[in-house]
This record gives sequence, structure tokens and C-alpha cells, in this order.
Amino acid sequence: MPKRTDIHSILLLGAGPIIISQACEFDYSGTQACKALREEGYRVILVNSNPATIMTDPQMADRTYIEPITAEIVTRIIEKERPDALLPTLGGQTGLNTAVAVAEAGVLERYGVEMIGASLPAIKKAEDRDLFRQAMQRIGLRIPKSGIATNMDQCRAIAREIGFPIIVRPSFTLGGTGGGVVYNPEDLETIARSGLEASLIGQVMLEESVLGWKEFELEVMRDNKDNVVIICSIENIDPMGVHTGDSITVAPIQTLSDKEYQRLRDGSIAIMREIGVDTGGSNVQFAVNPENGDLVVVEMNPRVSRSSALASKATGYPIAKIAAKLAVGYTLDEIPNDITGRTMASFEPTIDYCVVKIPRFTFEKFPETPDYLTTAMKSVGETMSIGRTFKEALQKGIRSLETGRQGLGADGKDGAPALAEIRQKLATPNSTRLFYLRHALQAGMTISEIHDLTKIDPWFLYQIRQIVEMENELAGHKGPLSEDRLWEAKRNGFSDIQIAHLTGGSAEDIRMHRKALGIKPAYKLVDTCAAEFEAATPYYYSTYERESEARVSERRKVMILGGGPNRIGQGIEFDYCCVHSSMALREMGIESIMVNSNPETVSTDYDTSDKLYFEPLTFEDVMHIVETEKPEGVIVQFGGQTPLNLSVALHRAGVPILGTQPESIEMAEDRKLFQAMLQRLGLHQPANGTAESVEEALVVAEAIGYPVVVRPSYVLGGRAMKIVYERSELEGFTRLAIAASPGHPVLIDHFLEDAIEIDVDAISDGQCSVIGGIMEHIEEAGIHSGDSACVLPPFSLKPAMIEEITRATKAMAHELHVVGLMNVQYAIKADRLYVLEVNPRASRTVPFVSKATGAPLAKMATRIMMGQSLDEIGLTTEVVPKHISVKEAVLPFNRFPDVDTLLGPEMKSTGEVMGIADEFGLAFAKAQLGSGQKSPLAGNVFISVKDRDKQAAIDLGRHFERMGFGIVTTHGTGEWFSRHGIPNRVINKVSMGRPHVVDAIKNGEIQLVVNTGFGNQTKRDGYYLRRAALKYAVPYTTTLAGAIAIARGIESLKTKTLDVTPLQEYYEKRKEE
Amino acid sequence: MKAIFALEDGRTFPCKSFTGPGEAWGEAVFNTGMTGYQEVLSDPSYRGQVVTMTYPLIGNYGVNPEDIESNRIQVAAFVIREYQPCYSNWRATMSLSDYLKSQHIMGIDDLDTRALTLHLRQRGAMRAYISTEDLNPEHCVEKARSIPSMIGRNLVRVVSPERPFRWENGRAVFDDAPESLMSSDVWRCPEKKAVIAMDCGAKYNILRCLEAAGCEVIVVPSGTPASVIREMKPDGIFLSNGPGDPEPVQDTVQTVRELLGFRPIFGICLGIQMLGLAMGGRTSKLKFGHRGANQPVKNLMTGRIEITSQNHGFVVDIDSLDPKSVEITHVNLNDGTLEGFRHKSLPVFAVQYHPEASPGPHDARYLFDDFVHLMDR
Repeated sequence: MPKRTDIHSILLLGAGPIIISQACEFDYSGTQACKALREEGYRVILVNSNPATIMTDPQMADRTYIEPITAEIVTRIIEKERPDALLPTLGGQTGLNTAVAVAEAGVLERYGVEMIGASLPAIKKAEDRDLFRQAMQRIGLRIPKSGIATNMDQCRAIAREIGFPIIVRPSFTLGGTGGGVVYNPEDLETIARSGLEASLIGQVMLEESVLGWKEFELEVMRDNKDNVVIICSIENIDPMGVHTGDSITVAPIQTLSDKEYQRLRDGSIAIMREIGVDTGGSNVQFAVNPENGDLVVVEMNPRVSRSSALASKATGYPIAKIAAKLAVGYTLDEIPNDITGRTMASFEPTIDYCVVKIPRFTFEKFPETPDYLTTAMKSVGETMSIGRTFKEALQKGIRSLETGRQGLGADGKDGAPALAEIRQKLATPNSTRLFYLRHALQAGMTISEIHDLTKIDPWFLYQIRQIVEMENELAGHKGPLSEDRLWEAKRNGFSDIQIAHLTGGSAEDIRMHRKALGIKPAYKLVDTCAAEFEAATPYYYSTYERESEARVSERRKVMILGGGPNRIGQGIEFDYCCVHSSMALREMGIESIMVNSNPETVSTDYDTSDKLYFEPLTFEDVMHIVETEKPEGVIVQFGGQTPLNLSVALHRAGVPILGTQPESIEMAEDRKLFQAMLQRLGLHQPANGTAESVEEALVVAEAIGYPVVVRPSYVLGGRAMKIVYERSELEGFTRLAIAASPGHPVLIDHFLEDAIEIDVDAISDGQCSVIGGIMEHIEEAGIHSGDSACVLPPFSLKPAMIEEITRATKAMAHELHVVGLMNVQYAIKADRLYVLEVNPRASRTVPFVSKATGAPLAKMATRIMMGQSLDEIGLTTEVVPKHISVKEAVLPFNRFPDVDTLLGPEMKSTGEVMGIADEFGLAFAKAQLGSGQKSPLAGNVFISVKDRDKQAAIDLGRHFERMGFGIVTTHGTGEWFSRHGIPNRVINKVSMGRPHVVDAIKNGEIQLVVNTGFGNQTKRDGYYLRRAALKYAVPYTTTLAGAIAIARGIESLKTKTLDVTPLQEYYEKRKEE
Repeated sequence: MKAIFALEDGRTFPCKSFTGPGEAWGEAVFNTGMTGYQEVLSDPSYRGQVVTMTYPLIGNYGVNPEDIESNRIQVAAFVIREYQPCYSNWRATMSLSDYLKSQHIMGIDDLDTRALTLHLRQRGAMRAYISTEDLNPEHCVEKARSIPSMIGRNLVRVVSPERPFRWENGRAVFDDAPESLMSSDVWRCPEKKAVIAMDCGAKYNILRCLEAAGCEVIVVPSGTPASVIREMKPDGIFLSNGPGDPEPVQDTVQTVRELLGFRPIFGICLGIQMLGLAMGGRTSKLKFGHRGANQPVKNLMTGRIEITSQNHGFVVDIDSLDPKSVEITHVNLNDGTLEGFRHKSLPVFAVQYHPEASPGPHDARYLFDDFVHLMDR
């Protein structure tokens, strides 16, 4: 059936900010969908609050609403745009939930909007545990014994019936938030309760535990003719009990025979039909009892998911694109398979390699949360690797993680843990368990002992044992390896660094030895069909085989190094820049070659670049590609710290680095060089020094005066960075900072209290520079810029100061010979401008600035790196928009039990949202709404501030009072307010006894929390308060500046209408002016 | 153990044997299925072929006594990228290597199977010779060239059973007096459809599927004359899959021609080719064949797509059948080749692919029910 002609415009819902369990993969799917639908001539209206996405680029849709994804806002957009259809299955759980809410409110019916892809009943059947259970029973599939509960009494009754252990799964949540494994009645009280709270509909399912069973996933596609195909099968190495997002997974399934696999396939197809997903992709999860093959269905997602993105990258089959085309009426046999160009999408990809996905965790940023993996997802990113053997793929995957490991051990980073520790780490799933499998084997444990503790299938353990055996064999061999032995080591995935560590010499020696022997990787194609058909799309991976399929062209070509796995501090923003860079190269007729290892991203989509190398971003792996492709240069500015860290080594190896040269990067990173430069330019920075020991640190801190900011060098995202107020704190923290970046000095700066922080993105062609955007942070300096809200253009700076910032930025760009992008962070205190940091590369704010101003900075920077001048690309003056854009950070605290939500210099946010309006209050309110904080319009605001904030808090109190809010305070703040004539009600802190503020929050008496307390005395109090606010979803702020902005936002919400405006309209308005 | 894999066109691949010393030869073909190596090994249609699996890791789930498609390993040799000596599966009873060794079939690994597959795709299926003894490439290429070609060879004779047997409760039951199985009083279950399966190398799973669909199945050798079959008074006749070129299988084609219109006939794989020839069509050799579990086939009568299991190197030319008497019912969506037809007036239908799967998807199982319904009329 050809495409539908009765619909013309389609509303697409995005997934919003990057959060744990909902990351770049939904930009990837949304972008594919936008492209696919516009290709068919539909008018696409897009809603997504996340500015760092490719899908929100103004040319991706006809109307792009960077607005909060809430039912209310989407309703307004429907009122305004009157789309014919709503496609809810490509925007993750957020998109799906919002679509359900809009549909249930009768909005779709009222405006004649048809839900396409999945119908409301199908979504409900798949998402509602009770309905799902009944559906599975109807088609004869077993699901674990279970019961649905909406209160604790029911939970207890069901638990008695099922028996422990039990898995708690909340209905309608993201990534299993609030769920968990319950081993006893005591656990039940806490975990089931938090599950009930986490569920949007206050419902949990208590389920018979199938812990330790083998876990499998199938990615399924269905069209409106009821044709169903399986795109990819995935096996989880971590068995049932660990969220699939936190599991190491492998594609295809490794340990099932055809008979057993076909049961899963038949089951998946039956489920698609029974649930009634009309068209598109779904994900079905199964558990299989390793003893006897008993099969249970775990869950199904009636939408494109994280696993769909992985499956797309693993097979080359573009699930989201095809899903979008199916939604508008095509059938699978009408859609071509882009990879082969000649076959159709109605087939099942078959692969001739092994794919390993490894999640990336950041427990180090949340030290209060123990490193345990459960059914609630905690990883912040993932990497995928491809090899011709599992061992090769696994070791490549570990290298791709960029956690400093070069493979499965054998890189000098392993201790020899005691057997007790090994056993404990094996028995309790955690982020480092993979390395403990190696420890266990090295310590002489048997496969069956390890299997008993981990329940990991023996097949995977055998594979790991083979790696360990190879390691031991290499370790017993000093000096250069024979050709056969070296070839074997490379075929088992060992990196040059590992081989050097085991056999002696340097990685460079090994590289040279290999070169002399002619041992280098071959590049094979990902082609969906195991070479049965010719592939049209050059999507490569490396492997040690005899025959390479790399088709090296004679064209001008440039290689872009991507950002690797997402992590806090380096995420989608950098992928956005890489994608833009690739687009710019292609527009210039230059072949773009993308290198990246992150399966979630748009950059690793097969049609983003002319060529894609799905490879780890290490020197060794990148050099191989350089030697194969011989590009005219490599772009390292856009992928964040990952490529920047490689730039010196690549440069030294004679690889041309495009744009700003490594010497300049060095000058910005090196303290002394940087200081000298500032002095030359007459710019200021906070007093500072460096220290290599605790003793030195104490001396430096004395000299420059407390408080000081302490941080290690060469880290991103403020890792191990802290503001230290007194000597006693300094000692302990310095030790940590030294450990975080060994071999590098610890940096100590005087901390400018209550300073305004400014972020500037600029672009320079080596001669001239233009400001991309100046952003004023809402929160004061000291809060990591990635965690601060910021505003463009600045709202409180005098023209003279903006002038000074512009001058300083341009002077530094010139001095650093920046060619491309540069980001500067400034602090302003007492009208004096201090330079905090300069990064001669694309920053996290580039997409935000580009969206706010309409100037595609990363594309422009690419043109400049290729030799064009600012003049030539037509960027001669800064674009200062009339509208106000606010960026707000989104924090993952609800994923990390017991973590304090106080912000500081170490970045904790996973994503960002943007709010745009004609005035500050509304823009800020939209950003809040988009980030999930719904500002109250009435009720009580709780205010408790530290002494230093008291003066400024008076205005805040008056503002809330004027707006009709009741004010609840703690004793100190209350007294102060009363003295200044602000009526308030004093309530106990937690430490003062009940009833206290947490009771008030639980009772729903507090609608907003302003708490700027700090210091040890009030730390626990503040902590309880903040956790309670988080738990009961009461909006809160930990800074006074944040509170003032919230008050302005509330005022705007009360007095103005929350209009929705597409980006295109803002840009058109500007053009007209 | 080091080995060499040589193709008739002169290309050689270094590799290793994981089953010890030896030599082997046959037509080199590739299979793109990611699971089901045991079924592939025991599928009689692979007789005379050196089969390489495109999925690189093979042996993972071992071998079990149930997943067999005939009474022996049929392939001439088995070629993979990385053999997995350590297997894991609750049904496994032995390793793949032990299975191969027990029947003296060579297992080759450490070969760039993707390079081999690409080569076969570009140059077509061709003869191959493997040795662990003579590692001289030129000698081995010479030997590859001396292997008889697949075209014109009657391999059905080699795999067809010598005696008839009853297929009952999922296994072959032989009778001490085979001739007693070739008469009209052989049928024991009047409530079931009496089906004679002409075994040209039938996969067990076809017989299992027929039985499951409600048929009583007597399996007869491919050389059984039409007169004997007529005398047995079956409700329907099934024509099985089998190895190699259909054209030399003239005796069976003649039998089929004689049986057209006698009783409903259902053919699979070689079965469709024999029917095609019997009805005046032509067959030809595909460049590299269809072997795998992901071949999309469109059912032209319903418009539905079936993902099918396939294993054939020859095909009935789609334009060689008389459109007045034959209706094309299924086509391959990848290359447009014929996948199924039915006779417009006689109760005859056949498919080129394997609805019994094993290995592969179960999308086309309905065809066995169709056969039963055809016999109802």
C-alpha cells in the first residue's frame, strides 16, 4: 500500500532532555523520522525541549517547537498547528506518555488528530502491567507470577502469595525508576513504596523473581499488512536482575540453538499481533531458564527504544526511519534497504560479526550511592564495538569506554584483589564486575564457581577465560613476539598498549614491530546481509582479517573524531557539533569520515557522513584509519575532551590537525603558559597556584586565601572538583584530586564568592573573531557551568561589561591562534572581569547558542577550518537575538538514592532543556517546565537561606508575598523576615524535632523549596529537606539566584499566557527587522 | 592444525582444521543463517557441498540428539571463522567438533569466511578442495579443478533411501518386509490423510510437519515408479527437497509427470523443480544460490511477506512456465526469482523455499495445512 494521502501534516514528539534511560538514541530516531517523513512530502511539526539535538535544527522540520513536552504545551501546539496525525512512538517514554495524556484528555478527538504508529489501546495494553499480563495469557505465553498493587497492603498480600525474592516494577516509569529486587519483607517496605511513588499512575507489579535467568531481547517491526520481521536479537551477558540498559549485551544471541531462537521469534510476533502495535518497531524481552529452557516474557515496548538504536547500529537496518515510513502507510516490501540499495526492507538482517555493547557508569560522581546494579537503570551512556570474534569485540568495547582501560586488564591498572573481594564483586552485580571475572580466573576460580556466583552463561566465561589465557601466554613471553603470536593476540582484541605491558617495550615499539611484519587490521562492512548483496553504504569496523573492504577514494577528505560514549560532562552536545561538521564538509564537497563508538548518536547513523568507522577512539585505532584513508586532516574540536586528548599524539605522528593547533590547546590547558598569556593581554584571573602534594596545597591555599577551588588538571565536567572553605577540608580533598589525575598537578584557585558567571562561545578564523553568544548564568560562579541555568543574551550586564567581555574574548582568540571555536568562562565580581577558563574547542553550549541565535556555529567553524574566512562565510557581527533563551540543566538525582542534590563545581547533570520567549520570566518558566520542575502558581514557599544570602532574600520574600504565596521558614530566616516585615510561619528543621519541614513536604503543605544552606551544621538538615523535595517532586532550588529567577518565572506565568512559538518564526521575525 | 582451502579459480585461503588431519572437496557455498548449524550439517540438500557459515562464531550451543534433519552429516566439509570448543546449552550433549569427527567430516576454522563469501558472491559457487596434508596452493587448486561439477550430477540417487519407511511419532520406522509398505493396505489411520513422501533427500522436519498437520506418512525412494504409487492409493503425494541439479533426476521427473492429476501434489525445493520440469518448465543454476534463514518471499495471493528458510542452488525459470496452466504464487523479494506456483486446474502446488524451516522462521508453516485442505477436496 503506498503512503497515505489523507494526511498532510504530522506532529512528532521528541524525548526531551537527556536523562538516564533516555539519551541520544531518541535524537537519532527522531532525526531519522523527520527526514523520512519530509522525504515523503509531509509537513512535520516537531516538539522537543532539548536544544542539543539534531532533530531540533530548524531545517529538520517545517515547524520546530523547542517547548516543554507536556500535555498542556502539546495541546497548545495542536491548537495552533492543527496537524492531521500524531506520531508518538519515536520520542521514547516521554513522547509516548505525553501522547497518551493528550489523547486521554480528548484533545486529539477535539481537533481531529489521528494517532499513527501505535493506537492508544495498544500502548495501554503494552504499558499497563495488568493488561499486559492478560494479553500474554491469551496467546499462551507465560509471564512470571505476579500481582498488581496500588498500595502497600496489597503489596504485602501479593508478596505472601508469590514468595521472595520478588521484583518490583512500577507502571509507567522511565528505566524502571523506583523498581528493584526485594529479598525480604523489610526490603518490600522501602522498595515497593518507592515504586508506588515513582509510577505515574501509582501502580506497581510485584513479580516472581527470575533472577539469574538468561535474558534476551528481540527488535521487531510490523507493517499495516501484518508483515512482521525481526531486526536483531540481543543476548544480555548480565542475566536477569540487571536492567538491560546496565547490562553488557551481545548481538546476535550466542547461546541458543535455532529451535530455541525460533520460540522467541514466534513469541515476539504473537506479542506484536496481540498487543496490536499497528506499525513500527517494538522491543520484546524474554527470560529463559538456563536449566531447562523455560521461557517467560519480561516486557515489551510498543515504540522505538534504546535497544532499537543499538539494533540499528548493530545491523545497519534503520529502524526509526522504516518505522516512520510504515506509520504513514507503506509496507515493508515497498521500502528500499538503503544499505544494499537494491533489496527491500522486508527481510531480516543477518550479521557476520559480533557486537558488544557496554554501558558507561558514573558512580564516582555520586559517592553516596553504592555501586550496585539492579532493575533501575543507572548508566549514563554506552559504547558499541564490532569484531569478528566476541573476544575482539569485547576488548574493543572496553577500550571504547574511555575509562582508562585498554582492554580486559593487562594494562597495568589491575591490582590483585583478595578472593573475598572477588567473590563479593561477582555475587553482586556492579559496574566493574567484568574486570572481576578476569580477577577470578587469574585467582584460579573455576568457570562453574564463577557461574554459580554470577549466573553469567558459561559460554561468555569461556570466552573471557580464553582472553585471560592469551594474556598469560603473552606475559610469559618477553621480547618481540613472533608473527603468528602477535597476529593471534591482535585477533583476540589485544591493544598495542596491553601487548607492550605484557611483553615489555612501549606501545609504539609494538606498533612498529607490527608494521614491520605487515600486521594491521582489515576493514569490513556492516551491510545487513552478511555479504550476500553488495553494500552501497560505507559503514566499517576493523578486525584482524586478511581481506580489507575499505574503498578509499581519491577525493578531498577529512576525518572527524567523535565523542565516544556519553558521560556526564560529555554528551549529545558534542555529537551535535560533529554531525554539523560532517554536514558542512559534505556541503563543501569534501568527503567526511566519521569515527565514533557511540551507538546512540546521530553521528553514527550510516547516512550522516560519507563514511562511518565504528571504532574506539584510541590512538591506535584512529591511526589505523588515518593510515588507511589518508585524510587531508583530522578535526578534533567537536568531540569534546576525547579527541582533544588524542590531538597531541596524532600531531606528533604527523597527522595534520585541522583548525586550532595542538600548541594552542596546550597553551590553554597549561597553567603557566596560560597565565603568561593573560598577563600579556592585561586580563585577570583569580589568584591561583598549583600543588603536587597535600603540603604544597596547604601553602598555596594560605597564600591565595580561602575559599579555594581545588581540581585536578585534564579532566572534563569538573570531575573531583570542589570548593574548599577551610584547611581541614583541603587535606582530604587534595588527596582525592591527586588520585583523579595522577602525574598532573592539582590546580588551586581563589574562589570568587557570589560572582556572576559568564560563558562565551566565539568563532575565529585566525585573523578575526566573532562572538557566537554571551550567556549569563543564573547560578553564581562555583556551580559547574554545565549544571547552571543560563540566559542568552545576558540580563544584568552593563553594555561596558559586554564590551569588555567581547574585547577580552577576541584578544585571547587571537593570541591562541584559534581557528574554529573557542569557549571562555568568566566571573564578574565588583565590576571586575576574571577569566576562569578557556577551551579552544567546541563547548557544551554550542548547540544552545546556535538554536538561540540561528547561527550554526559548528558548521561555520568547519568551513573556517577548511580555509574560509569569517568574511567569506558571511559571519561578521555577533547575532544578538531579541527573544530570550534560557538553558536549564537536568539532573539525575532521582536515579541515585541518598545523594545530596546540592550543586557544586562538579558537574552532575545529564542533559539540558531550552526555554524561549519574548521575556525572561516566561523563558525561564518554560525551561523549568521542560526540565520537569513545575513551578507552583499558589501555595506555600519554604525559604531557608544561609546568612550571606539574607540581605538578598528580603526582596525574594517580598516578591513571593506579593504574589500571594504563604511563606514558611526556619528559625533564622523567619526571624530575619519578621524583622523586615515579611509575614512567615516558622517550622522546625529536621534536627529540631517533629513536626518538621519534611513532614510538611510529605503533607503537601510546601509547593516550592528554597534552601541555600551549607556548612556542616546544617548539612544533614539540608540534605533531608532536599531529598524529600526530590522524592515528592516539589520544585526546589539550592541557590538564591535560582530562587529569584523562579519567582520571576512564576510572576510571568501568573500574568501572561504561555505562548508557543516555533524556531522558524523567531528567525523570520529577526530577518524582517 | 594448518590447512589450505583452494578454489577452482585459483584463490586460496589459509585456515586450520579443528577436526584433525584430512582432505575434503565439494562445491563451496555459503549459508547466512546465524543459528541452526546442526540442521544445516544434516540437511541432505547440502550433499556434496562445502558449506561455510557467514556467522563467525559456530559451535556455541554444542550439538544435541534432537536437532537433526537426517540420519547423518551431509555436508562435504564445514568451514567457519572461529570454532567454539566450549559450548553452553541445556540440551547439548557433545561438541560440534566431536560430532563432525564421529562421522569423519572435516571442520575448518580460522578462515576469513567473509572474504570467501564475497568471492563466491562475485564469482559464483564453485568447486573447492581442502587439505591439511598438501599445503601447496597450486596442487590444491589443481585438485579443486578435478572435482566433478554440480551441473548434470544426479545426487538424489546418493541421498534417497534404499527402502521405504513409515514416519511415525517423529522418527523413521523401517519394516522387515519393505514391499509391505508399498501397497494400498499400508494405511493404518483412516482419520488421517494418507501421504506418500517421495524422498529425494527429505529433511526430517518436513516429515515432522506433515505428521503434525494430520498426515500418515509413508516415505518412498525417489525411484519408486508411478504405478506403485498409484496402487498405494494415497490421499496426496509429497515431493521432497534434495541436493544438486534437478535435470539429471529424469526418472523421478518422469514419475511426477505421470502422477500429475492423480492426487494432490505438494513439492518443496527440489520438489518444485521436478514439478516445474514435469510441467514443461526449465531450471537453471543461480550464481551463488539462496542459503539462509532471512529470505523474503511475497505470497502473491495474500500480499503477505514470509521470511523463509532457503537452501537451493537451482531454480525454476519464472518465465518458463505456461501461464495458461500455471499460476505464480510466490516470488523472492530480493531477486524476483520464482518461489512458488500452483496449477490452475490440477491440485498441484509447490514452493522453492522451506516452510518446515529448521533452521529458520516458521512463517510459512501454513502450507502444510493447505496441503491437508487440498486433500480434503
